[in-house]
Amino acid sequence: MVAIVDYGVGNLFSLTSSFAAIGEEAMATGEPEKLLRADRLVLPGVGAFGDAAEALRMSGLADVVIEAAKKGTPLLGICLGMQLLFDESYEYGLHPGLGLIPGQVRAISERIPPELKIPHIGWNALHFTGEACPIFRHTKEGAYVYFVHSYAAVGCEENTAAVTDYGASLTAAVWKDNVYGTQFHPEKSGRVGLDMLRAFCGKEAGAC
Amino acid sequence: MNTKRIIPCLDVKNGRVVKGVNFTGLNDVSSPVELAKYYSDCGADELVFYDITASAEGRRLFTDVLCETARTVFIPLTVGGGINTVEDFDRVLKCGADKVSVNSGAIRNPELIREASRKYGDQCVVLSADVKRLDGQFRVFAKGGREDTGLEAISWIKKGVELGAGEIVLNSIDTDGVKGGFDLEMLEAVSNAVSVPVIASGGAGKIEDFITLFETLPRVDAGLAASIFHFGEVAIPELKKALRRRGIPVREV
Repeated sequence: MVAIVDYGVGNLFSLTSSFAAIGEEAMATGEPEKLLRADRLVLPGVGAFGDAAEALRMSGLADVVIEAAKKGTPLLGICLGMQLLFDESYEYGLHPGLGLIPGQVRAISERIPPELKIPHIGWNALHFTGEACPIFRHTKEGAYVYFVHSYAAVGCEENTAAVTDYGASLTAAVWKDNVYGTQFHPEKSGRVGLDMLRAFCGKEAGAC
Repeated sequence: MNTKRIIPCLDVKNGRVVKGVNFTGLNDVSSPVELAKYYSDCGADELVFYDITASAEGRRLFTDVLCETARTVFIPLTVGGGINTVEDFDRVLKCGADKVSVNSGAIRNPELIREASRKYGDQCVVLSADVKRLDGQFRVFAKGGREDTGLEAISWIKKGVELGAGEIVLNSIDTDGVKGGFDLEMLEAVSNAVSVPVIASGGAGKIEDFITLFETLPRVDAGLAASIFHFGEVAIPELKKALRRRGIPVREV
């Protein structure tokens, strides 16, 4: 059973549907007991970092996610949910994150040429770095995934699993022990994305 | 680098896909759910659903079809048609839409763009404009291209971006349905005026039209079309192969 952390931020319809499509039972919940009992956790998120981090703390679920991660439950943060895994973000002021992966979240505008559009929206290629990450065991180098973001993680080279090139090398995925994060949306990245969710759930790659 | 996106557009009326040529003369093509899955499998990068129904019953059928599609198709879905309020955004986002496109609703009430982008983020709000040459200027038309708003297109689109639109769909009424190629002149004027992604719509008739679009206007991010995809005149895998051969970056599936 996959539990999707529901802290009142964002739309969980596509995420829930994508787990159903790979034959994995998934539920969106904000109940601490259910989250702590789940086999796997997914931390979603859209919007601004500060608002989401506060919603997560106010709901009491920040501590629950940290506790689950510390006891070894596989955790996958997606998009803003990935950014929340880090120490802090500089989006509209400085805001603390969950501190599960060392690093900061900074505006990509600081690093990419001014003629490139922001947000970075669209399909871009993944380039793996470091040790082979388990959630990419069904994924080929250069596979295309769907991004929508204006901020990205920096200072996390040691835990970077994949980068993408958008005028600069941007952190696309991170991995530390049982904690994973993707800046892109696997649930919107077609078959490639569903295969990542399958790998996260310990399943074989999909047919065709 | 980001790839150029190929986007089939599905006009939906009472839960079925139709496509008008120059906005009149509708032909029933297929089931939205099946068509969406077909396009996703053959490499479409995104799908646009336009709800062209006016009735409450038709709207209910549309949201049912949208939910069903979002349950089986895992690429970005943009929804437009009948979006007049933030509640309309909420209605389609809950059914699995990723982006919402506004047109006549934003012309009537431009604050809709600001309110929606504050609530859901700029990336969620797409400004769609139906534009036609009139009296020596690019003029915005409303109500599916039937009503002259008197608005000059470039200034309207710039205003939309200032209010928070994160993407522009530019549909040229002059080239729509003619299949003689995209409206490069109009697209160039718009893509030079804004820094957000611009999606070209109206006029594609063959593969070469997409090559010309991306080679002539590298700032255009995506090409959108309907009937040429629905009737198989252009097959997306062949289109992408041809673009790749010309060195235009496109997603491989």
